[in-house]
Amino acid sequence: MEVTALNTTELLAIPALPLLAALLVGLFGWALKEKLSHIITSGSVILSALLSIHIFTQVLAGASFEGNFWTWMLAGDFVVPVGMMIDRLTVIMMITVTIVSACVHIYTIGYMHGDPGYSRFFSYISAFTFSMLVLVMGNNFFTLFFGWEAVGLFSYLLIGFWYKRESANYAALKAFIVNRIGDFGFLVGVLGVWYFFGSVEYSVVFAKVPELFAQHASLSFMGWEFSAITFICLALFIGAMGKSGQVPLHVWLPDSMEGPTPISALIHAATMVTAGVFMVARLSPMFEFSEVALATVVVVGAVTAWMCATIGLVQNDIKRVIAYSTCSQLGYMFVACGVSAYSAGIFHLMTHAYFKALLFLAAGSVIHAVLAQQDIRKMGQLRKYMPITYITMLLAALALSGIPPFAGFFSKDLIIEATMMREFTEYGWVGSFASFALLTGVFMTAFYTFRMFFLTFHNSDRVEPETKAHLHESPKVITIPLIVLALGAVFSGMWGVMYLDIANPEIAKGFFGTSLFVLDAHNPLMELAEHGEHGMFHFLLGMPFWLAVGGISLAYVMYFRESAMPAKFAKAAGPVYTFLLNKWYWDEFYDKYVVAPVRCLGNFLWKSGDLAMIDKGVIHRGIVDSIKDGAARMRALQTGMVFHYAFAMVIGVFGFLTYLLLNG
Amino acid sequence: MVGLSEYLIVAAALFSLGVIGLFLNRKNVIAILMCIELMLLAVNINLVAFSHFLNDISGQIFVFFVLTVAACEVAIGLAILVSFYRLRRSIEIEDINTLQG
Repeated sequence: MEVTALNTTELLAIPALPLLAALLVGLFGWALKEKLSHIITSGSVILSALLSIHIFTQVLAGASFEGNFWTWMLAGDFVVPVGMMIDRLTVIMMITVTIVSACVHIYTIGYMHGDPGYSRFFSYISAFTFSMLVLVMGNNFFTLFFGWEAVGLFSYLLIGFWYKRESANYAALKAFIVNRIGDFGFLVGVLGVWYFFGSVEYSVVFAKVPELFAQHASLSFMGWEFSAITFICLALFIGAMGKSGQVPLHVWLPDSMEGPTPISALIHAATMVTAGVFMVARLSPMFEFSEVALATVVVVGAVTAWMCATIGLVQNDIKRVIAYSTCSQLGYMFVACGVSAYSAGIFHLMTHAYFKALLFLAAGSVIHAVLAQQDIRKMGQLRKYMPITYITMLLAALALSGIPPFAGFFSKDLIIEATMMREFTEYGWVGSFASFALLTGVFMTAFYTFRMFFLTFHNSDRVEPETKAHLHESPKVITIPLIVLALGAVFSGMWGVMYLDIANPEIAKGFFGTSLFVLDAHNPLMELAEHGEHGMFHFLLGMPFWLAVGGISLAYVMYFRESAMPAKFAKAAGPVYTFLLNKWYWDEFYDKYVVAPVRCLGNFLWKSGDLAMIDKGVIHRGIVDSIKDGAARMRALQTGMVFHYAFAMVIGVFGFLTYLLLNG
Repeated sequence: MVGLSEYLIVAAALFSLGVIGLFLNRKNVIAILMCIELMLLAVNINLVAFSHFLNDISGQIFVFFVLTVAACEVAIGLAILVSFYRLRRSIEIEDINTLQG
């Protein structure tokens, strides 16, 4: 294997270009015309995508990079460098992020045209791209944390982009606060890493993990004894749950659909929400040593995958259906990581990024055409008006459902087979539970995707008459990104399996090389290779394929033409239907048991603390007035006479000297 | 032979004159400036004396800085006084008391 060095200037340019563009357009957007704003930002992101592809080819040829550029913080032993770690895991994230981001930039030119916040929007998405690149390229826990927080910030800004809408502001706040909870866990995890390993650099930490594991380092927390690695992994995973919309911190993700559609595609489907999955895979050398953490990852992922799929079955907002599908697919990725099939998880992350971004952008194209209507009950028969959107969305829907040979099939199939193979020594039920959840999930995924698809493009024409005149295919700037992403949705799966050898059971020999770490004791892909069937058509034997076909067929029967069946079903299911329509009552639950008590506490502190103590109250007409009175008295000391001041100074000096002479 | 203590006594006497002048004079701002100048010069004498007796030239260099700064200070002080006089038609100290609580 030929090993070459990567060019550091090139590496630095990849995140720096979007950052510079964001600063330029963000600060001087008022002076730039629309055209210049989007040329600067899109140009820099496309350039950084090209550089990423270049790096990707070099890394594929055997190059890698690990090193520090600057010192960020320094306090005694506590050193936080700024550096990069470029290996195969990183580059696959880099090309995914930059390519999807470039497509979204171009799409935005058409979608946001004429919006008063045009250049602001471009500045935000470029800055977001920068943050995401820092997150994936960094070589230590603090650059990871920096990227983690920065993507959270831009997600907040972009969800609340239309700040005049009250609902958008609430959704942005919700996203930020829920993420805050996760980030707290993440920070605890990072500090735990520092405490136990004495360093925050991946390479140092990973090298020490087996040693720490052998020592049985532990800490007790609220009377429980934890292994140190389990504690760190669980704390970090709480962060991942927040960022990647896993139960019970998933509630912000569907609400984030208040933002403009391009960012739903970029942030809330393709890149930011996958940060949690990336983190677990990046830290595979740590997670591997904690059976408890892995089992937790699997359970949380499986519950999310299943629950969000059930909610997706009945939603009527086109973007919300896709949003719940995102939550659900992220659950799949976590299950893959939890069963130690990290390569399958990252593979699904990549294919999912393409087809989910495509689904969102196509949905955006539809929403654009029907004048910001998002309710699929008010669409129908749109295929006549928008053929390109129709075809690209069909490809994406097939990919999401897992129909071969589209991208989603390869990655999802790999995850499910790996899950069925993995056996947890201590928690036997986890494996079978996850397999059940994922398999039923496949059926539901196929069903809700095609329900949404048929209701939008087929079925009866339910578009409102006044909208009808406006129906047309979107302009080229919108359709071209759709076509580019469609190529990804169709071919990235085959490309990954056949060209990159991502699915190699021995991870070290496959695409990922040493960037992922799996203990030989539990490598489900290895077992799969030993027991599983091979051959081109073995998917015909697999359950996932038939479940997906079943889901699509059911959706076809119920929704392809207008029929009374859905209504009958809803009636028959009664309470279950309402339960799902209300998203398992998570929001109501949080309102009642979290938001209300916190608000109560806030009210109490406000009334008893602020009003009673500080403004007017117990101690001498309140603290404010006491200070005012005191100040009025002290003011008399300032006479305005120069010699009074001089006198005070001289007396002070004499007093001080006398003190020194007597005591010094 | 004039020793170190003689210099220090002269400097202390000059400094005390400056301080006393500052207190006794309640009329004239220019006199206050002169008193401050006197105090600075007393300090300069100390510096030069110590510099000489300790064989360290830096004390004398420091004196030049002090002189320069003192000159600037007087120039600015007088300029302020001139503009204050134009405004109020007076430089009586009793009139300069608007900065009070």
